[in-house]
Amino acid sequence: MSKYEYVPEPALVKGNHSFSSITELVTDVNLRPTPKAWYLAMLPANALLMLLLASIGYLIWQGTGIWGLNNPVGWGWAIINFVWWVGIGHAGTLISAILFLFRQDWRTAINRFAEAMTIFAVMCAGIFPAIHVGRIWVIYWVFPVPNQMAMWPNFNSPLLWDVFAVSTYFTVSLLFWYVGLIPDLATLRDKASDKIRQVAYGLFSLGWTGSNRHWWNYEKAYMILAGLATPLVLSVHTIVSFDFAVSMIPGWHTTIFPPYFVAGAIFSGFAMVLTLMLVAREIFGMKDIMTDDHMEKMNIVILVTGSMVGFAYMMEFFIAWYSGVEYEKAIFLLRATGPYAWAYWTMMTCNVVSPQVFWFKKLRTNVKFTFAISIVVNIGMWFERFVITVTSLANDYLPSSWDYYSPTIWDVLTYVGTFGLFFTMFLLFLRFLPMIAIAELKAVMPIADPHNYDEETKEYIAPKTEGSNTHSETV
Amino acid sequence: MSTSNDQNTELYGILAEFRNPKELVDVSKKIVEAGYDKFDTYSPFPIHGIDKAMSLEKSKLGWIVLGHGLLGFTLAISMMYFMAVVDYPLNISGKPFFNAPAWVPITFELTVLLSAFGAVFGMFFLNGLPKHHNPLFNVERFKKATDDGFFVCIEARDSKFHADQVQQLLEAAGATHIEEVYD
Repeated sequence: MSKYEYVPEPALVKGNHSFSSITELVTDVNLRPTPKAWYLAMLPANALLMLLLASIGYLIWQGTGIWGLNNPVGWGWAIINFVWWVGIGHAGTLISAILFLFRQDWRTAINRFAEAMTIFAVMCAGIFPAIHVGRIWVIYWVFPVPNQMAMWPNFNSPLLWDVFAVSTYFTVSLLFWYVGLIPDLATLRDKASDKIRQVAYGLFSLGWTGSNRHWWNYEKAYMILAGLATPLVLSVHTIVSFDFAVSMIPGWHTTIFPPYFVAGAIFSGFAMVLTLMLVAREIFGMKDIMTDDHMEKMNIVILVTGSMVGFAYMMEFFIAWYSGVEYEKAIFLLRATGPYAWAYWTMMTCNVVSPQVFWFKKLRTNVKFTFAISIVVNIGMWFERFVITVTSLANDYLPSSWDYYSPTIWDVLTYVGTFGLFFTMFLLFLRFLPMIAIAELKAVMPIADPHNYDEETKEYIAPKTEGSNTHSETV
Repeated sequence: MSTSNDQNTELYGILAEFRNPKELVDVSKKIVEAGYDKFDTYSPFPIHGIDKAMSLEKSKLGWIVLGHGLLGFTLAISMMYFMAVVDYPLNISGKPFFNAPAWVPITFELTVLLSAFGAVFGMFFLNGLPKHHNPLFNVERFKKATDDGFFVCIEARDSKFHADQVQQLLEAAGATHIEEVYD
C-alpha cells in the first residue's frame, strides 16, 4: 500500500528485436555494398582533408607568420581549436567509461559511436599544438629522447604535461575502443561471406570465440579500463586548463579552471555526439537503438553541464572582484564591454542561455530543436575558448602593448580542414566498423538475463518495462 | 570447413547448442556437478551469473594491472629524477631540481598508461589471444556463437571424457543440436 508507484525504466531497445535481428541491423551497414551516398559524403570530406594538408604544408614552408598572431597575442585559433577538439573528445570517454561505472545501461547504444568521435577529435586536436611549434622538424624535443643539445624536456612546464596527457589519452582511448570492438569484429568475421572481409575482420578479432572463460577476463579488463579512463579524462582537461592557469596572465591564473574546463568539455562533447547521432540514426535506420529517450537523457546532461559552465562564468567575475587585483577586475570588465564584447556575448548566449530551454520536456524531446541547439552549443564553446585565449593576451598588464587580434585566411582554412579529417575518419568508421556495440547491446536486453526465464520450462518471461502499470515490483 | 571424421583428424570435443542463456547457465551447473573441468561455454555476450555456474575462479587480471601501474609510477619518477636531477639539472625560476608537485601530472599519466597496457595485454595473455586457429571454427554452425547461438563444448582432453556419457548428459540437458568437433 505504498503511495509511491513503481516506475519501470524505459526499454533500452525499442521494437520487437531478437539477438539475430540486432546483429543483422548493425552488421548490414558494414556488409552491404557501399551506397552511392557514402561516396557523395566522402567527396567533400576528402576535399576538406586535402585543404588541411595544403594549409599545414604551407605553414611548414612559410612559418607561423601566415597566421594572425601578433605581438601580445601569441596564441590564437590554433590553441582555441586544440582545446575545442580535445573537449569534444571527452564526451566519448564520459559515455564509455563514467556512465559504465555508474551502470547507466543506456550508454551501450551510443558508446561505440562516441568513442570513435573521441579518437578522431583527439587526432584533430593533436595537429594544432604540433604545427604551432614553428620548427616542426624538431618536434621530438618535447619527448624525453636524447637530442643534439643533450638536454631533456622541462618537466615543470604544463605544456610538457600536455604532451604526456594527450598522448596517453589517445592511446588509452584507442585501446578501450579496440577492446570493445573485438567481439563485434568476430561477429562481422562470422557474418561476412567474402574472403577479404573474413580475413580482415578475422585478423583483428584475434580468434575471438565468445568463450565465457574469455568473457570473464574480458569484462574485468573492460571494467578496469573504465576505471582508468575516468580519472584520465578528468586529468586531461585539467592539464589542458593548466596550460592557462599555471601562467600569470590575468583571467587565466585561477583555480576554478580545471573543473570549469572539464564541465565545458562534457557540455560540448555531448552536443557533438547528439549532432552526429541524430543524423546517423536517421540515415542508417537505427531509431530502435538510438531512441528519443537517449536524446532526452543527453539533453539533461547538456542542461546540467551548461549550468555548471554558466556558474563558472559568474564565479570568475565574483573572484576577480573579490580578489581586489586591479588587473583581474579590468580583464573581466574588458571581456564583457571591451573590443571582444561581441565574442563574449555570443559565448554567453550560446552556452548559458541556450541550454536552459531543456528545462522544458517538450523541447528536450524535440529532435529538430535538439539538433539546432547541439550546433549552437558547439559554436558557443568555440567562442568560450576564443574569449579565454585571446582577450587575456590582447589586453594584459601594459596598455601600451595592447593589440587587436584577427585571424588570417590560413587560420580559417586550417580549422575548416580539420573537419575534413574528422569526417573522413568518421565515414570510414561508419563504413567498415559496427557503429553500435553489438555484444554490449545484446547483454543489456531483458532477453539476455537468465533471471527473466522460467525455472521449469526455460521460456522467456518478459519483465515489466515501459507501458506496464503494475506496481507489484519491489525495488 | 568440414566435420568429416577422417583418419587424420583428432577428436577435440563434443559441441552442443542450447536455446537461450538460461539453458546455458543450467547446463554449466550440471557439467560441473558431473565432474568435468575441461569445458567451455560460448555466447554472443557475457551472461550474468555464468561464472558461478561454471565455478570460474576470480580473474587474476587485477594483479597484472596493479603490477603494471606500479611499474609505470616507478618508471615515471625515476625517468624524471634521472633527467632533471642527475643528468642535466636546469635551474628554472629557482625551483628545486626535484620538483615533486610539478611531476604529479606526468607520473599520473604514465601510471595510467602502463596500467591500461597491463589491462589490455594482460587480458589477451590470460585468454590466450590472438589464437586464429581453433577447432571450433571447423564447425559451420559455430558461427552463430557471435550472433545468437549458445554453445557448450566438453573437450576430449578432460580426464572423465567418454563420448557416450557426454552425449547423454548434453541430450538430457535439452541440447537442440549435438556435434563432434575434430581438429
